[in-house]
Amino acid sequence: MRHTISVLVENKFGVLARISSLFSGRGYNIESLSVGETIDPQISIMTIVTTGDDKIIEQITKQLNKLIDVIKVTDLTEIDHVEREMVLIKVAPKQEDKAEVLRLTEIFRGRVVDSSPRTYTVEITGDEKKISAFVELMRPFGIKEFVRTGKIAIAREGVKK
Amino acid sequence: MKKTGAEIVIECLKREGVKHIFGYPGGVVLNIFDLLYDDKDLKLILTRHEQGAVHAADGYARATGKPGVVLVTSGPGATNTVTGIATAYMDSIPIIVFSGQVPTKLIGNDAFQEADIVGITRPCTKHNYLVKDVKDLARTIREAFYIATTGRPGPVLIDLPKDVTGDKTTFQWPEKITLRGYNPKYEGNKWMIKQAASLIQKSKKPVIIAGGGVISSNASKELKDLAEYTMIPVIMTLMGLGAFPGTHELCLGMPGMHGSYYANRTIQEADLLIAVGMRFDDRVTGRINDFAPHAKIIHIDIDPTSIRKNVRVDVPIVGDAKRVLKGILQVLKETEKKQWDAVRKAWLKQIDKWKKERPLTYEFDEEVIKPQYVVERLYEFTKGKAIISTEVGQNQMWAAQFFKFDKPRTFLTSGGLGTMGYGFPAAMGAQVAFPDKTVIDIAGDGSFQMNIQELATCVTYKLPVKIAILNNMYLGMVRQWQELFYGERYSYSYLDVVPDFVKVAEAYGAVGLRATKPSEVDDVIKEALKVKDKPVVMDFIVDWKEKVYPMVPAGAALDEMIFGEEKKKKEKKLRAVK
Repeated sequence: MRHTISVLVENKFGVLARISSLFSGRGYNIESLSVGETIDPQISIMTIVTTGDDKIIEQITKQLNKLIDVIKVTDLTEIDHVEREMVLIKVAPKQEDKAEVLRLTEIFRGRVVDSSPRTYTVEITGDEKKISAFVELMRPFGIKEFVRTGKIAIAREGVKK
Repeated sequence: MKKTGAEIVIECLKREGVKHIFGYPGGVVLNIFDLLYDDKDLKLILTRHEQGAVHAADGYARATGKPGVVLVTSGPGATNTVTGIATAYMDSIPIIVFSGQVPTKLIGNDAFQEADIVGITRPCTKHNYLVKDVKDLARTIREAFYIATTGRPGPVLIDLPKDVTGDKTTFQWPEKITLRGYNPKYEGNKWMIKQAASLIQKSKKPVIIAGGGVISSNASKELKDLAEYTMIPVIMTLMGLGAFPGTHELCLGMPGMHGSYYANRTIQEADLLIAVGMRFDDRVTGRINDFAPHAKIIHIDIDPTSIRKNVRVDVPIVGDAKRVLKGILQVLKETEKKQWDAVRKAWLKQIDKWKKERPLTYEFDEEVIKPQYVVERLYEFTKGKAIISTEVGQNQMWAAQFFKFDKPRTFLTSGGLGTMGYGFPAAMGAQVAFPDKTVIDIAGDGSFQMNIQELATCVTYKLPVKIAILNNMYLGMVRQWQELFYGERYSYSYLDVVPDFVKVAEAYGAVGLRATKPSEVDDVIKEALKVKDKPVVMDFIVDWKEKVYPMVPAGAALDEMIFGEEKKKKEKKLRAVK
C-alpha cells in the first residue's frame, strides 16, 4: 500500500543523503520526495511517498526515527490530511484545439503561466487524481514538456498526530 | 584562553576519560599527533594497519565497556577503517573514529589523499560528522561520545579537516548534551512489563534467549536473578555468550546454525521465548517460518527497529535490558507466589534428556589434533578466566561451542559482520585494557593472516597476546560448505602456501610454538601461558577434515540439524531442503 510520510529533520548538510541512503540501502522504494524549510530555518520537512506492506512501513518509520537528525516522523496515511502536488505542462495544441485547452485549464482551475505562438505552459495544483486526470486530457493535444513536484502533505487541524 | 582544534581534540578526549588511542599517522592529522608526542596521559598505540586500529579499539570497548578511540589520517587511512567500523556497527560496539580530512577549501577537489569518508561510512556508523568550523569541534566530540555510548551503542566517525585542527577558538566544554532527534528510551512500558510477567506465569515451557544487548546494558545480574527465580533455562546467541554463566545448570549454550541440539530443540518446543537484547539474526532463527512454532514471543530491545523486523512478537518491550528484566522480576515477585521448581520440573527434565541425547561432542583422536580438543585444553588451562577473541569461521564456532564463558565481556567475536582478521587485533585491544589478564585469540590460519602485521604492534608494546591457530591449511568453513553442499569441489578454499607461523612469529620478535600431535598440545599451551612480555603464536596443526557440527543448513529449520556421524545418511535430505 502507498503511504505518505512526513519527516521533520535538522536542516543540516548531508541529511537528505542520510534519508535517501537509508531507503536505497534497505531496499525501500521512494515514489516521490520533496524537501523544504519550515518556519524554523533550522528544521526542514520532507514528504516521502513510499509503498510497502505494513511490516515494511513499520520498519521505514522506525528506521527513519533512528536517524539522529530526524526529529519527528508522521505517517499521514493513517490520519486525515491534505495532499498537493503541482505540475507544469507545456502543450502544443493545433490552432483549432487551443480554445479547448484553455477551457479545460479553466475547468481544472489551472493557470496559463507562459504562452508562445505554438505553446501554452499550464500550471495545475491539486491532489494526485486531479493531476492525473488533467494530464490524460492534455495528452491528445501533444505534451511537449512536463514537470511535476513531489507531493507535499499536511495533517488537517484537529486530528491527532 | 584560545585553543587550536588539535588541542581541543586532546582536551575533549581527556575529559571523556580516554586513556588509550589506537591509530596511525599521516599528513593531515599531524597537528594532533604532534601534541601526542609528549602527552603523559594519553597513550597512542601505533598499529601496523588502520583496520587493526579499529578492531583493537573495538576489542578494547567490548572488554571494558568503555568506548574505544581511533585516530587515522585522510584518504586511505580513513578507507582502511571501514571494515572495522562496519564490524562495530553490526555488533553495536561504541567506538569513536577520528579521521583526518584535507583542508576545507580543498574538499571536493580530488585533493591528494582525499576520500569522502563521511559519505562512505554513512550506512555503517550510528552517526558521523564532518567538522567544518573549529567552533563546532568540542560540541561535536561531546555529541559523538554521547551517541556512541547511549541507547543501542555504535560507532561514530568524526572527519577533521586539517585547517580545523589548526584554527583557534575559545574552548567551551558542553556539560550536557541534548539532541531533539535522539532520545533513547530506557524504561520499558509498565503495562507491557506486566504482560510479560503474566505470560511467564502462564508458561509451562519457557526459554530465555539472551543476546549482546544483555552485555552492553550490563544486565548479567538481572538476567541471572530472573532465570534463577523462575527456573527458566537460558540460551545465548553468539554475541550473548558470557551474559549468563556457561557453567550454570540452566545454561543451554548457543542456538542456531551451529548451536547445540538441545538449545535448538528447546526453542522449537517452547511455548514462550523471552528474547533479550538480541535481534533474531538469520543464523539464529534458521528458516523463519518454522522458527519456534509453538511459542509466544516477548522481545526486549532498546532499538525499536529490532522488534518485529524478523519475527512476530506478542509482547514488544522497547527499553534497556537491565531495567526491563528487573521490572519483570519485580512484578513476578509482587504477584502470586509460585512453586517454580514444581512448575518447571517436567520441562527441565525434558531438556536434560535432550542434553544427554546429543551433547556437544567430537571424537578424540590419538594421532591428529582435533581443533575442539585445543579449545577444550585452552579452557582447562585458563580455568575459563581468560579473555577470548576469535576470528571467523570454524575457529569461531568451535570456540563458541567448547569454551565456557562465565563472565560477560570475556568473549570478543565479530558476530554480525563476520570479519576475518578481527580476532587478533581485538585481542590486542583487550590486552591494552587489561595488561595482566590472559588474552587468547582462537584463530584460523586464513583469518590470522588477514591482520598478521599486528604482531609488530604487540611486540612493540610488550602485549602478551596468545594466538592459538587451528591450522588446517584451509578456509575451513568454506571447505565445509563445499564438502556438504557443493559436491566436494574445493574451489579456492585450499591455502596452498601457509607460512611457517613459528618462523613468522620469531621474525617479528614474538614467540612461536607448534604442536603436531595431541600429546604436544598441553606443553605448548603451558609454555605459551608462561610468556608475559611478548605475543605468542601457537601453531596447532589440526585435522583438516574436521567439520563444525551440529549444523542447521542455510534455509533449513532449527530442527533439521545434521550431525557428524550421520552425515552420509542425511545428505540427501539436505539437498531437498535447499
